[in-house]
Amino acid sequence: MIELAWLIPLLPFAAFGLIVFLFKNNRKLSAYIAIVAMSIAMIISLGILIQVINSPETTEYSLTWMKMPGLEINMGVLIDPLAAVMLMVVTIVTVLVQIYSMGYMEDDSSYTRFFAYLSLFASSMLGLIISNNYFQIFFFWELVGLCSYLLIGFWYSKPSAADAGNKAFITNRVADFGFLIGILLLFVQFDTFNFMEITEGIESLNNPGMLTVTAFLVFLGPVGKSAQFPLHVWLPDAMEGPTPVSALIHAATMVAAGVYLLARGFILFESVESIMTIIAYVGGFTAIFAATIAVVENDIKRILAFSTLSQLGYMVMAIGLGSMTAGMFHLTTHAFFKALLFLGAGSVIHALHEEQNIWKMGGLYKKMKVTTTTFILAALALSGIPPFAGFWSKDEILNVALHENFILYVVGVIAAFLTSFYMFRLIFVAFFGEENLELHPHESPACMTVPMSILAVFSIFIGFIGAPFIEKGFGYYINAGHHVVEGLNWGLMINSSLIAVAGIISAWLIYHVELIDPEVIAKKFWPIHKLLYNKYYIDEIYGWLINNIWDRSATICRWIDLKIIDGISDGLGNFTRGSGGKLRFIHTGQLQTYALIFFTVVVAIMIFLASSKVTAVTMIIGGGI
Amino acid sequence: MVTLNHYLLLAAALFCIGLFGALSKRNAIAVLMSIELMLNAVNINLVAFSHFLADTAGQVFAIFVIAVAAAEVAVGLALIITIYRDRRSVEVDDFDLLKW
Repeated sequence: MIELAWLIPLLPFAAFGLIVFLFKNNRKLSAYIAIVAMSIAMIISLGILIQVINSPETTEYSLTWMKMPGLEINMGVLIDPLAAVMLMVVTIVTVLVQIYSMGYMEDDSSYTRFFAYLSLFASSMLGLIISNNYFQIFFFWELVGLCSYLLIGFWYSKPSAADAGNKAFITNRVADFGFLIGILLLFVQFDTFNFMEITEGIESLNNPGMLTVTAFLVFLGPVGKSAQFPLHVWLPDAMEGPTPVSALIHAATMVAAGVYLLARGFILFESVESIMTIIAYVGGFTAIFAATIAVVENDIKRILAFSTLSQLGYMVMAIGLGSMTAGMFHLTTHAFFKALLFLGAGSVIHALHEEQNIWKMGGLYKKMKVTTTTFILAALALSGIPPFAGFWSKDEILNVALHENFILYVVGVIAAFLTSFYMFRLIFVAFFGEENLELHPHESPACMTVPMSILAVFSIFIGFIGAPFIEKGFGYYINAGHHVVEGLNWGLMINSSLIAVAGIISAWLIYHVELIDPEVIAKKFWPIHKLLYNKYYIDEIYGWLINNIWDRSATICRWIDLKIIDGISDGLGNFTRGSGGKLRFIHTGQLQTYALIFFTVVVAIMIFLASSKVTAVTMIIGGGI
Repeated sequence: MVTLNHYLLLAAALFCIGLFGALSKRNAIAVLMSIELMLNAVNINLVAFSHFLADTAGQVFAIFVIAVAAAEVAVGLALIITIYRDRRSVEVDDFDLLKW
């Protein structure tokens, strides 16, 4: 099956082509083509996974795409356990989201365009996963960014959606600028883009300074794509897109591409100690930063968006602490329960006719049993309650943090508490409590609830593949570097479970039983509340920076371009014209003037020749004998 | 004694007079006459050299020059007549179509 790996991105791409060129007006057919293409891709991925489990080795195919003296760019496929697991995650979540979209986007006029874009995104993401060199991964990286832009701004007539799409793309572009320079530096140092060859090259390298710079620049790519601080600003705004888009792209897959790159290039980062520290702290900071903001958000999708930011921070932190296993494991579990959370939110939004403010909801569990149940299961998984999926992966990360960096361990624990707190705040406010009599919720159709239920099953059980008591679990197949932490740490497991439960109880006390009124707390700590509510004013700071510094520099550059550079080139032209304008008066049109000039010059030459002593000159005068 | 230098001086003087006329006369026919004068100055030069260096080549060259001068005058006058018919004037100042 591995030989068929190249088909995996090709099938959704073919679906995209078919929908765009042939079936633009046929709603049912477009949806079916997209789903069928992804299902076949999913089956091939499953085959690859089984094959890789039986013989865990790396297979690589490569074709020369372009060859010049000094530069060779290949297109290729690299299948190892890491790629196989990612393929499985992406294909399963995409198929489920596409089935869900059949119900969610039913009333939309651009139904077929949605499925076309989803297929294009799927093909780019899958192409990114199986890439075997940095150039190809960059190519698909940008393509995934493009699809994200198209899907965020799907309802482009809404100005906020169009702006959000721009924001996402431009923020990513800033990050990708650094990423590209990093890739080029890699090529300069190792003369190849290929992952495997660079891994070998790093072991025999002796220029640590250059490698540090390179690793830092390559890290900028994931900072943008996986929305780490300070380039996290696009992800909350990306919620302007339709909810299936948020579920697929901004929870499960695209934002995971950054973490995937960190895993792929792990040897590069691991060889530079300082960069690993930076990665770990950036991840840890993002985790707690986003968790604090999520506590005060009122829009259901925004809470989930900040939760995604926080979990991505966990993943990046794990990789920074040296455990590629923990980061990828959390990525896998997170994909399932976060996608489920977003699909549940979509179900609620769809049923309440686009209402997204949790305070306007309430008592939803009465009419939407399946949605509520799956949502609560996913929230339990996210909070890290055993034995759900999130518990195993989050504990893996906390275990690594405990051994490596106690500060980050504390950060992780606080963020875990906040995670369960804000998730159950959401649940108690939206799903329980008093109903809003103006809204009439109803349970969603089967094509929406069935994918959610399937994801719920995953959220419950997928954690076991990486649990410490499994012989050949996740860690056996996916690992890198010298770092493996063995054994069950009962203290840690009990500790984190208690913290998560404490979060749930606090949320219950404040938002359900209302022992302490949240409004009173908000008023008492109003400076903190204001800071959090405005997302630490990061957007305003960026806006100020862009308006004052960026635009002013741009104005200066424009002035230089207009006055100085254009001045020089126009000046040359003007000078030529001006001098021509003055010199033309020589042509009087009268023959006698011309004749006068001839004779004057002849006389002058004669005098000059006569007064010089050169033999050739005397010969000319003498008549050339 | 009349030496070669006297003849050369005469020819030079005549040439300069002819040159001055060619460059400053307004009437085209006067210009032609000045050109004739320049050619005759050259002729004097040639004949003088032929006499004092005892080489007939100078005189032969002079005859060539006379013939060419005659032909050139014929053509020049024909041109002036044609221009007069078009522009109704023989002043060289009026033939300034190549003016800036």
